Amino acid sequence: MSTLHTVNKSPFGNGALQSCLKHCKPGDAVLLIEDGVYGAIAGSALAAEVRAGLSDVALYVLEGDVKARGIDAGKILGEVKSVGYGGFVDLVTSHDRTQAWL
Amino acid sequence: MSETKKFLYVNRKAPYGTIYALESLEVVLIGAAFEQDVSLAFLDDGVFQLTRGQDTAGIGIKNFSNTFRALGDYDVTKLFVERESLDERGLTEADLQAITYEDENDDWAEKPSIRVVSRAEMADIMASQDVVLSF
Repeated sequence: MSTLHTVNKSPFGNGALQSCLKHCKPGDAVLLIEDGVYGAIAGSALAAEVRAGLSDVALYVLEGDVKARGIDAGKILGEVKSVGYGGFVDLVTSHDRTQAWL
Repeated sequence: MSETKKFLYVNRKAPYGTIYALESLEVVLIGAAFEQDVSLAFLDDGVFQLTRGQDTAGIGIKNFSNTFRALGDYDVTKLFVERESLDERGLTEADLQAITYEDENDDWAEKPSIRVVSRAEMADIMASQDVVLSF
């Protein structure tokens, strides 16, 4: 039994990502969408906190949202996997529930 | 009748700055008519929704905090509040309004609906649901 968490707010102006990571269970996945993708930037003030939450949680970003915001793929944390809309659907169907963090 | 599912309404926003909190309560009341296993979670700024003594006369917005006390009549009797979120905001359970329900299985004894839980317990509650609706 696992959960897909989606986060659509920048962690620099909203605590959704931080709260999400504190409520994840091992085997869960977190997908960053819309402004949430800013949470995946390597070298940010929050990168260490984000990486610390990833020991047994998989982190994904929605590729279109990353590209739309001009974030270079090389600036994304190494642990993060990039998915398109098809991958988004696969993540939804491969978990038992989806929980949005707004 | 289809089988009962576990629904969790997650509240993470303060009551009057945005419409999220009121909308959540409206959806909970609508959903209660479908006789599902409903729980509410209050964490982060969502704990501010339950503070006692709210008075909105000065801001021209409906004070909907009293409506939480009606949830028991709709068989919504599980309001989980995260202790860490209270602590971080300088609140204790004494700062929250008393919300009770009458237990039909216990001679209509009046019981508290609010249950303060740890962050780890809240994560377990979230992970045990069929449907999670976020506000």
